[in-house]
Amino acid sequence: MGDSMIRAVDGISLSIAAGEFVALLGQSGSGKSTLLNLLAGLDRPTSGSVLVQGRDLAKMSSEELARYRRNDVGMVFQAFHLIPAMTITENVELPMRFAEVDRTERAQRVREALERVGLGKRLGHRPSELSGGEQQRVSIARALANRPSLLLADEPTGNLDSRTGEDILNLIRDLSVSLGMTVVMVTHERALAERFAKRLIFLGDGKLISQEVTA
Amino acid sequence: MKGYDLFELAVRNLRQSKLRNGLTTVGISVGVASLVAMLSLGVGLQQLATKRLAGSGMFDTVFVTSKQDSRGFDREEDQKDQHPEKAPVLDEASRQQMTRLQYVTEVEPEVRVMGQIVYGGQTHFGFVTGLPMSARENEAFDNLQGKFFSSSDADEVILLNDFAKELNPQNPKSLVGQEVTLRYGEHQSLPAEGDASGRPQVSDQNESAGTNTGDDYGFSVVRKTQQLKVVGIVDEEPYGGMRTVSRGRIFLPVDLTEKLNMAEFSDMRSSLRGHGKSYATLTVRVKDPAKVSQVQDAIKNMGFRTFSVLDATKSLRRFFTVLDLFLGIFGSLALAVATLAIINTLVMAVLERRREIGVMKAIGASDGDVKKLFFAEAGAMGFFGGILGIALGFAIGKAINIGTGIYLRNHQLPAEPVWILPSWLIGAAIAFSILVSLLAGLYPASRAARLDPVQTLKYE
Repeated sequence: MGDSMIRAVDGISLSIAAGEFVALLGQSGSGKSTLLNLLAGLDRPTSGSVLVQGRDLAKMSSEELARYRRNDVGMVFQAFHLIPAMTITENVELPMRFAEVDRTERAQRVREALERVGLGKRLGHRPSELSGGEQQRVSIARALANRPSLLLADEPTGNLDSRTGEDILNLIRDLSVSLGMTVVMVTHERALAERFAKRLIFLGDGKLISQEVTA
Repeated sequence: MKGYDLFELAVRNLRQSKLRNGLTTVGISVGVASLVAMLSLGVGLQQLATKRLAGSGMFDTVFVTSKQDSRGFDREEDQKDQHPEKAPVLDEASRQQMTRLQYVTEVEPEVRVMGQIVYGGQTHFGFVTGLPMSARENEAFDNLQGKFFSSSDADEVILLNDFAKELNPQNPKSLVGQEVTLRYGEHQSLPAEGDASGRPQVSDQNESAGTNTGDDYGFSVVRKTQQLKVVGIVDEEPYGGMRTVSRGRIFLPVDLTEKLNMAEFSDMRSSLRGHGKSYATLTVRVKDPAKVSQVQDAIKNMGFRTFSVLDATKSLRRFFTVLDLFLGIFGSLALAVATLAIINTLVMAVLERRREIGVMKAIGASDGDVKKLFFAEAGAMGFFGGILGIALGFAIGKAINIGTGIYLRNHQLPAEPVWILPSWLIGAAIAFSILVSLLAGLYPASRAARLDPVQTLKYE
């Protein structure tokens, strides 16, 4: 934001296979969130390219990026980012409104997504009436609504106690396996990452430091 | 995003801050109400004015005067005539010429003279006017008591109700069928006074005036009486009181007034100018109102000045266009203020909902979706504000009507609505309100669309 250019992510060359569960690790300011935003199409690289299924996100128009986020990506955030004025059902339904999914199909897909995350009840409640873990489940259900092939999670356990955090990561891993979804997760908790991710990628100062494949 | 989703989300967002959006909507409605109240006042006044013209039943009539007489309606045209004294005179020959014009059904003079009715030994003064047989169709005669004239030169009279009351205060209606005596002044021409230089040649055999002898240069007024049978009593003045012949209380068939050769005010003018019998005004009736301007042009070409209600409505319309414009501008001021309120409200909403906008973008909303959502919110406020404004404007207008009604009644005048809300204005006002709101939403919407999701979603 200053006069001088800050390279948040610089010189990273990385490829992730379909269906893989990858964790991005690093100190804050290491560029892991920026990398995630680049993958999400929320940010654009000043140079280089981001290829997803053969398409270069760097060359897409903002309209095309929106369509990519809508149809191919699901996002989960540390702060859940549910819309407080909407009920659980409405929150999960929202991405389908943007994707212009038919009304009758929407109701069915909302139920399906909420059942997948273990929330068959409390559908008419507002996010503030739920616990943190439940809210994160809702946000995962919302991410699943448009049946994406890529799930991007930015510190999904950061606001949860360790037990709940584990539950959420279990859920994400199960979904990744059962739906064949690629998962890229940003975290700074190495222990959790080692238990759930297949590959760990360490970043520092915007550069790729090392990679590790877990057992 | 689909239309109904957009609308649903917009309404849901508006309901999130009910007070703020409600106040803004009320602001719009006040703007719309003031615009509607102003414009309907313009419409009402215009209808009031044109109703009087329409009631006169003169849309098929052309009035013809000589350019020698007083200046006319169209001053610009008058300027072109440098020598009005050379303009043709409305004499019998030109009257015959007009009668032969295409589409003309009737050419009658406007006769209005002073007269007296003698009834029951009492004398009552009043203006006598001559009505053509076509006057029967005028709405004033819809409620005629008795009958209309049996022929255009019958010795019959129709009295204005007020005048009949003067004659017989107890039972004015009983006058119908009775005989009364009319006292009037007859125009008697004097023998020629000898040669005066430069006098135009006047035919001695004037076609219409059989009783006329002499050359009409001088005349005397002789008191005469005529027995007349009262055939009808009429409540209001014919032609909505807009014509010379309406301003009378004693109505005779027009041909009878000519047969009686009544002395008219204009006779003196004709005499002084040194020409024969002429008419002050001729009324030309046209078969079809659509042909009025054609006939008018033909008569203009004969060198006369013409006037028709068409001219009056033309200048009336010009006047009301200007009036409506001014009323519209004043009415729009409040709406302009309301527009600022919309911009303010939506800019606040964008600031408050920064994160929400970021989330929506992250889960797949395009810039266009976000823009449309704010547009929809602005439009919805405009729509509801418009409806509320119509209701409010309607109430204001009703109040104006009641107020003026009381005022008019207090002044012994019939109450007439001065404020009329036409259905097109309802639709136009709502459409305008939505349009203005959308314009107001332009800036906030593009601001919302430009928000960077990465910035708004940063964990704080």
